[in-house]
Amino acid sequence: MNALASLFAALMNLPERPMRWAQGRLSGGRLGWVFVAPNLAVFAVFTFLPIAIDLHYALTGGTNLLPAERPFVGGDNFASLLDCSNHFDASSCRRDLFWYGIWNTLRFVVFQVGLMLVFSLLTAIVLNSKIIGRGFFRAVFFYPVLLSPVVVALIWKWILQREGILNAGFIGAGITPVNWLLHGNWAFFWSVFVSIWAHMGFYTLILLAGLQAIPAEIHEAAAMDATPPWRHFQRITLPLLMPSVLVVFVLGLIRAVQIFDEVYVLTGGGPGTATTFIVQYIYKTGFADQVRQYGLAAAASLLLAGVLLVLTLIQLRGMKRG
Amino acid sequence: MIRATALAASVLAMGFAAATAQAGEIRIACYSDGNECESTEVLAARFMKDNADVKVTIDKMPFKAIQESLPVQLAAGQGPDIARTTDFGPVMKYMLDLTPYLKDPGYWEASFGPVLGWMRADAKDHGIYGLMTQLTISAPLVNKTLFDQAGVPVPKAGASWDDWATAVKKVQVATKIPAGMAWDRSGARFSGPAISMGAKFFAADGSPAVVDDGLKATAGRVVDWSKDGTFARDVWVAAGGGYRDAFDEFANGRVAVYLSGSWQLTRLEKQIGDGFEWVVGSAPCGVGGCTGMPGGAGFVAFKNSKNPKDVGRFLDFLASKPVYAEWMVMTSNVPAHTALQNENLPYKLSPAGIAAVQAFGTNAALLTPLAYRLQGDPMSRPIFNAVIDRVSQAMSGQITLDQAYARITADVSDAVAASKK
Repeated sequence: MNALASLFAALMNLPERPMRWAQGRLSGGRLGWVFVAPNLAVFAVFTFLPIAIDLHYALTGGTNLLPAERPFVGGDNFASLLDCSNHFDASSCRRDLFWYGIWNTLRFVVFQVGLMLVFSLLTAIVLNSKIIGRGFFRAVFFYPVLLSPVVVALIWKWILQREGILNAGFIGAGITPVNWLLHGNWAFFWSVFVSIWAHMGFYTLILLAGLQAIPAEIHEAAAMDATPPWRHFQRITLPLLMPSVLVVFVLGLIRAVQIFDEVYVLTGGGPGTATTFIVQYIYKTGFADQVRQYGLAAAASLLLAGVLLVLTLIQLRGMKRG
Repeated sequence: MIRATALAASVLAMGFAAATAQAGEIRIACYSDGNECESTEVLAARFMKDNADVKVTIDKMPFKAIQESLPVQLAAGQGPDIARTTDFGPVMKYMLDLTPYLKDPGYWEASFGPVLGWMRADAKDHGIYGLMTQLTISAPLVNKTLFDQAGVPVPKAGASWDDWATAVKKVQVATKIPAGMAWDRSGARFSGPAISMGAKFFAADGSPAVVDDGLKATAGRVVDWSKDGTFARDVWVAAGGGYRDAFDEFANGRVAVYLSGSWQLTRLEKQIGDGFEWVVGSAPCGVGGCTGMPGGAGFVAFKNSKNPKDVGRFLDFLASKPVYAEWMVMTSNVPAHTALQNENLPYKLSPAGIAAVQAFGTNAALLTPLAYRLQGDPMSRPIFNAVIDRVSQAMSGQITLDQAYARITADVSDAVAASKK
């Protein structure tokens, strides 16, 4: 045991000499860089380098994979993606599938984030109140978060397909079955629904933590003043919960913009392009089509990164204000 | 994201496999339609007994993993020695010309001549790049039990697609099945009927010219049929993009006719068995002939192989007439070997399976030169994808057929332009 302790101490002392040497040589400010250097190296290799490579692909064309074999095309890929006679009508665009992806993603973000915020908030409020089986319900709502997106999608596919469980129930009840995944609006509705079902638990948990962080005395004071419940919620709970709501909003927004896996397995992007989102377009263009247009896919991914960057800045600004 | 992870894992697995290849070792990236990889393992074991200096390792992986990750792997110089693929275009520039490593290239030309061209870049290319592991032929598979129940005769040889549509519609109404017929959501499947209806796919100068009256006749019919239950709309519309097979529709008796092909034999035998009586129909006819589409997967060799001589030896072994015949029997595949096509191979199949092989053989004789040419053209996959994706959009009502035609032309032009850069 003693030998082990000595070995441990010796190991811990190993960096001491070089650190003393560095301290002697470098002034306090520069020494900080030594400490952050390992992290910076990780960032450089796994974040900045891929961005630089992505940019290289976006500025080059052809189907060759090796960067050195790709001809420089400047902004052609971006121009091609943005070439539309009317940007609000995807069918008028040269890369119509990209724009179907953009508009579908935007529609998805509005519905999914909005509804998820409302349902997460309601669920968190209910789970924060003194109901019977509160622990059980908290686990139930969180459970889908633990599932893989592919499992989530397959479960719902079995429920929603033509001969699925839902239609079996309809037939049993004498109701005409609906081919849910064959109609664009229904497929879109279910994409939003399944995504909310899968992720709501996580956001509910954040809001629940936010609710529990509100000091009990404030609620007690409001109760003593006989504040009506809606006014209590509107004037006390919601304002104090706003930092958590903002976190949920921004995280949900970023996740919604990146939507791909669940919907891809559930609908494949169909019917037609009704549930084709921007990440699916990038995947298809870069990896699934037989003529692989890496440049186009890279340009589309950079545009998506731009959107995510703006959303992140909004989050940072909101958090600063909070 | 999960798909991306799976793809990355496949790339890593293939990379690791390639990186760990030793002298005298051949690694094969293989997928199975039925039992192709397992049968190859049996034959490889025999090969290794006679060639103790060579080790053949078969890495089994899903079709999609090979299709999506193989070009990336090869571009990085980390591919396998041999891969089983149906998609030769994207990997063509990495393929190894086996001619110097084969005992008798003349035998290969004589035995596999019509399909060797599928692996060649153009007419000037005379290399031998691989061995077809099967010859597939698309044809209508018929649920005869449903036809009998409806009292509708199965259309005979020489019947047109309209005759077939009328017949399956009658069966659908009489037996109350969801749809009369289903086609795999596949450009190759669509192209057989399209060529029969007069589609040419190429201009006089050889460049792709996909939209013509023949293609319009086919697309128009398919969209119309999908509206009245003649055609299983789900398979094409609900899939989003890419390939989707309709085997389950047929196996579960939800359609009377299924346009698929000979590679389904093992599944037909195993999954349907005597569940209902099924037969292979004659390819429906039109102004362009009575053709389905040929196709199939091949074992192709790659330049990055460190043991090209051993690759040649192994493929020579598989291509030899008795071994190839045995292989076809084991896998229940139609041989790409021209001499074997005229022999009655002792398939271990049910009477329905044996009849099916013969019917596929009859249909093989009807395949038109254009069908062979389209299948082997390096731009065939972009053409196939553009057609199915855009026709599906028209079927879903998202765009009109005229818009679909314009998009098909634009998509193919873009793909041609990108591939030339």
